Amino acid sequence: MIAPGGFDLAGVGFAYGATPALAELDISLTPGRFYGIVGPNGCGKTTFLDLLTGTRSPDRGSVTFRDRPVADYRRRELARLVALVPQDFAIDFAFTVQEAVLMGRHPHIGRFASPAPEDWRQVDAAMATIGISHFKDRFVNGLSGGEKQRVVVARALAQQTPFLLFDEATSSLDVQYTMQIFNVARRLVREEGRTVIAVIHNLNLAAAYCDEIIFMQAGKVVACGPSGTVLEPAMIKKVFGVESRVAFDDFSNTQQVSFRYWS
Amino acid sequence: MKQSGYTIWLLTLSLAAATFGAIVFATGMGHIAVPGVDILRVIAARITGNPALLAGVDPVFPFVVLDVRLPRILTATLVGGGLAMSGVIYQGILLNPLADPYTLGVSSGAAFGAALALVGNLSMMGHFSVPLFAFGGAALTLLVVLYLSSFNGQISANTLILSGVIVGAILAAGISFLKYLADEQVAVIIFWLMGSFASRTWADVGVVAGAVVFGLVLALFYARDLNILSLGNRSADTLGVESTRVRWLLLLGASLVTAVCVSVSGIIGFIGLIVPHLMRFLVGPDNRKLLPVSVLAGALLLLVADTVTRAVLPVEVPIGVLTALIGGPFFCVIFRKRQRGAA
Repeated sequence: MIAPGGFDLAGVGFAYGATPALAELDISLTPGRFYGIVGPNGCGKTTFLDLLTGTRSPDRGSVTFRDRPVADYRRRELARLVALVPQDFAIDFAFTVQEAVLMGRHPHIGRFASPAPEDWRQVDAAMATIGISHFKDRFVNGLSGGEKQRVVVARALAQQTPFLLFDEATSSLDVQYTMQIFNVARRLVREEGRTVIAVIHNLNLAAAYCDEIIFMQAGKVVACGPSGTVLEPAMIKKVFGVESRVAFDDFSNTQQVSFRYWS
Repeated sequence: MKQSGYTIWLLTLSLAAATFGAIVFATGMGHIAVPGVDILRVIAARITGNPALLAGVDPVFPFVVLDVRLPRILTATLVGGGLAMSGVIYQGILLNPLADPYTLGVSSGAAFGAALALVGNLSMMGHFSVPLFAFGGAALTLLVVLYLSSFNGQISANTLILSGVIVGAILAAGISFLKYLADEQVAVIIFWLMGSFASRTWADVGVVAGAVVFGLVLALFYARDLNILSLGNRSADTLGVESTRVRWLLLLGASLVTAVCVSVSGIIGFIGLIVPHLMRFLVGPDNRKLLPVSVLAGALLLLVADTVTRAVLPVEVPIGVLTALIGGPFFCVIFRKRQRGAA
């Protein structure tokens, strides 16, 4: 199967008022890959994802998805193709976990239609995949931070989109659940040819899971490539300003970064 | 607490039946008691145009029922439903359980607009001039309050209420000034501002009914989008909701309904706060179920309150005073509970 195209960004600039967030950003994201975006706080990672979902429009340059400007898509149409797992999940109202996951089916359900059996099947499957079925009747506003985050991941899975964006989606999860979610994402890429674009703070996690690592700094992409080529001490020094060593690790069977924490 | 679909239907139907029953019952109450059967016969005679149905009915009853009581009772019922509906919409969109037309200052804005129309004798648009000025005042107030409380595109719950109170205070001063200008008309404005359903006409019923039905259709059309908007704009966008458009449509719709309600009844606070809260507790936060149930419960509550002031209490207490006396403490309880929850 030839996958249809992905995202193409050319000469993209974006500013919040007078504060520039992205400048001269050029990159193509092709389908069927696991991308990891790394970079220091405030370097424009979240803004970058917002351009992909069309939540924000670029001030300069173009953002196209499958050869059409993102701005030309209707929200429902884009929501059937691209899902976002945001960092935070704040809700004041007592929806149940199941209802919250069902919201992922919104772009697939007609305005006056009720959820079809297929919608419920996807909701059940997503909850089972993330392992939250046992608390599907609990209220989301009473969940812990980690539980909420898993609900949001399940919601994005239920959305059944070829593209999945993660915005530091595992920041409040312990190592077990982090691995669980990244393993699910990796399986979706390997077995179903889907595309994952994840903002990741943990470089070792990025090295272990991503086909390509995108280094961002001050609103620009400074490097993009397989972890074996771009993940090296000089790059980490340049972007994060810290000393590190990158070496193949037998136990994790991947490149791993170690830092000199103090001297 | 959360109920199955079947129980919610039952609750909706019971509330509808109770509201209808209360309308008939309330129509019978007052200085001249009218038996329930006679009320139904008077109404049936008017609808079918068959005078035979009035045989044996006291000849003063048709006047009491059709010209005095029903317009007032139906206006109160519709206003209660409308305010509760606006409350559901404001709370859902602003992600804030404390929002309602009154706490947001929208009611005061509408009152200011309406008072302006009354004092200035601005009647170029006939019966619609007061509601139109009220809507202008409400929409403008909403914009100012949202502008004051938003920072970097985020609106915090407590700043929102604070902005509503500040803008409301300024508007209250403005209304006082209008009262000062009004001279001999001042009594009309004062009584109207306290909130009252006395001497409502069928024209009032018609205007409010139009606004409430329009608002309800709009809100139900976007009810599922409104559910998803409670996740915040960014998530709603990526779930396929045109969030900016839906937000503005619903906010303006709710403000229109509020404005029309205020223009016929004055400021009636807290209905839009109490009712959605209680109903959310009963049926859960899904707006497709919450909206109809809240409209009915708001209608019933305000009808009962109005009937108490009209026919039970020895003197007629302005309805706005009564709802504020009950609703204010209720607001304090919710506010306190939220502070504890957030801590």
